[in-house]
Amino acid sequence: MNFELSKEQQMIVGSVAGFVKDESNVERFRDMREDERGWDPEVWRTMGEYGWLGIAFPEQYGGIDGSFLDMALILEQFGRGLVPEPYIASVVLAGSLVLELGSDDQKNGLLAPMLAGEASLALAYAERQSRYRLEDCLTTASVEGDGYRISGEKVWVLNGHAADSILVVARTSGEQLDRDGLTLFVVPSDAEGLERTAVRGMDGQRSAMLSLNGVAAGPEQVLGPVGGALPALEWALDRAAAAACAEAQGALKELLDRTVDYLKNREQFGVKIGSFQALQHRAAEMFAEVELCKGTMILAALSADLEDPAERAAEISAAKVQLTDGGWFVLEHALQLHGGIALTDEQDLGLFFKRVRVLQGLFGDADHHVDRFQALPGFAA
Amino acid sequence: MDMTFSAEDERFRQEVRGWLAEAMPEPLKEKASNGAHYTPDDVREWHRILHSKGWAAPNWPERHGGPGWDVTKRFIFGEEVARAQAPTLSPFGIGMVGPLLIQFGSDEQKQRFLPKILSGEELWCQGYSEPNAGSDLASLQLRADRDGDEYVLNGQKTWTSAAQYADWIFLLARTDSSGKKQEGITFLLADMKNTEGIEVKPFLNIDGTPAFADTYFTDARVPQSNRVGPEGGGWSMAKALLGHERTGIGGVSEAARWIARIKRIARDTPVGTATLADDPAFRRRIARLQIRHRALSMVNYRTLAAAQLGHAPGPESSILKIVGTELGQELTELAMDALGHSAQSWFDAPAGVVPEYQRWISSRFNYLRASTVYGGSNEIQKNIISKHILGLPGA
Repeated sequence: MNFELSKEQQMIVGSVAGFVKDESNVERFRDMREDERGWDPEVWRTMGEYGWLGIAFPEQYGGIDGSFLDMALILEQFGRGLVPEPYIASVVLAGSLVLELGSDDQKNGLLAPMLAGEASLALAYAERQSRYRLEDCLTTASVEGDGYRISGEKVWVLNGHAADSILVVARTSGEQLDRDGLTLFVVPSDAEGLERTAVRGMDGQRSAMLSLNGVAAGPEQVLGPVGGALPALEWALDRAAAAACAEAQGALKELLDRTVDYLKNREQFGVKIGSFQALQHRAAEMFAEVELCKGTMILAALSADLEDPAERAAEISAAKVQLTDGGWFVLEHALQLHGGIALTDEQDLGLFFKRVRVLQGLFGDADHHVDRFQALPGFAA
Repeated sequence: MDMTFSAEDERFRQEVRGWLAEAMPEPLKEKASNGAHYTPDDVREWHRILHSKGWAAPNWPERHGGPGWDVTKRFIFGEEVARAQAPTLSPFGIGMVGPLLIQFGSDEQKQRFLPKILSGEELWCQGYSEPNAGSDLASLQLRADRDGDEYVLNGQKTWTSAAQYADWIFLLARTDSSGKKQEGITFLLADMKNTEGIEVKPFLNIDGTPAFADTYFTDARVPQSNRVGPEGGGWSMAKALLGHERTGIGGVSEAARWIARIKRIARDTPVGTATLADDPAFRRRIARLQIRHRALSMVNYRTLAAAQLGHAPGPESSILKIVGTELGQELTELAMDALGHSAQSWFDAPAGVVPEYQRWISSRFNYLRASTVYGGSNEIQKNIISKHILGLPGA
């Protein structure tokens, strides 16, 4: 075991931190929040050129062959500046699935341009009734000729409004909750019968609500095994959860640092409010939670590359629970210690607050992950 | 960064596991499976056995008799000791005064004291708190007046854990009252068994045992050669030592024992036609604390990895103390909840009232209320974080 970042990792962190500071600070996020797309294709292309999008992907598709942890370190820095580009949606969720399940043609056609920053992807899995249960799928793909017709509704498709292609989970056999029978389809965003409603979330990030009305898909649009998409989906969602923890980690650190800074400068009763013990202790507790989140975030990132699904699930669920339970303490007290000023839109704090709160809920909230953790084999032993 | 264990680490784990299974005497093994409640004699015996293997002081450098393990091996060793439910050695010698002497002691002091700390031949206790010096430790009043080449000690220490079993005490005494209160404090070592004028009076704690004692000093004479560091330089040593203490109190491996214990109670506790272990609501409560434990283990590991062997970890060890003791308390609270009606049992109940391994749970639940107080209360730890890590202004 060893806790040191490698030289390469330190360099990546340094260059991403520099980019966030100089080119993608909160001001750019504020601009993008008002932008129709919500993120900048130019910046996306730059990220592709720097190799940040392909960091955890094989070289043959334009990647760097790095680890998931390398990717997590990038996301952690993005979290410090609320970088709005659809990294988790496109690279982590959709990119992982194409890499895992795609044919050579699909990898060359979908993965390579996306990792170069010339296109973006999305994954449509959630439905109104499904909450965090991936197998709960009512969208169907029925056989027609040598292809399929997909019908159903998908909600909160991250980057669904802008993606060039969307991976859609549909049921090719079985009942609503069956683990077998799920299939992934690559659906171009301009497909006939696909309606997209763009939504701007609380955190300023964009999603789409999808309505699929008999969208035609040829056999070449099937991604991976027919009826057997669930294990890969679970894997991709685990990676997304680990990625969410990484991005949130940067935002939590930002919330802590800004709060400590405020305590050192704000004066009331003729003194710096950071001299009040009640507030000092709150800040100390926030510091402890940020450190605890960092530990589980690293374990989650390291486990994201693991083969054993139970081991992976344990670490990633643990990180998600710590982010949600412990991270919440940081969120609420960052606002409380700032007082009224934190509640204005003009102050940046609320932007970080909202982003972390969204990340806490994405890919399974604490209840979901506690439940998964206690159901793992060997838990009661 | 890499959190996997190398093949060598795994071999080491097997070696430790195999040795523990072999080396633990049958009576101790029986106690291990019956709740791991050990007497001071059990702990002494186990200390001797560990020492004969060279494993008594994982945190000591090799030149002073440590096994020379890196942080990963120490981590594995801690996990395996917890898994075997083996006795935990007294922290005052191996964990506290030993490392302090390694860092600040004279060569003579190292030669005189370290071997017997290592072997467990001499047990230690800690004389810090006084009736009027708790969180405000620097206001301590136990006087040490120079007389020739001796100090004459007068005053009282309290909360001296295990003083009745200790051969030696390390203590903070006031050698000067004229300047800043931190500057007149001196670190001394006193022979509890062979010094006239030291009297130990254990008192009952809410756990029902004499876990702590008052220790009185009346014209007790200590040679100047038993002073560690310069006269008046005790405060900085006291703080360094608290770094060691905090790391130990964090109780990461102790928490692992409690998690296993709670699951055992849950399996053994019938609820209708099933058991408490089948109750998803109860399992979720365990899961949340187990996850907290995982998070804490990582902070623990990073803190230990950052500290050199034999040196005190930095102020970040305060996190371990705060979160570790709160987790420990929550775990004992959950164990009590798991016991249901039996939570009202006490350790003197007749045999068969509760399974033997549950006998001491209610007592430990009470005892661990002390953990958020001792070693610098958790509020003091928050002061340390706020001042030394976050750099917040003084009051």
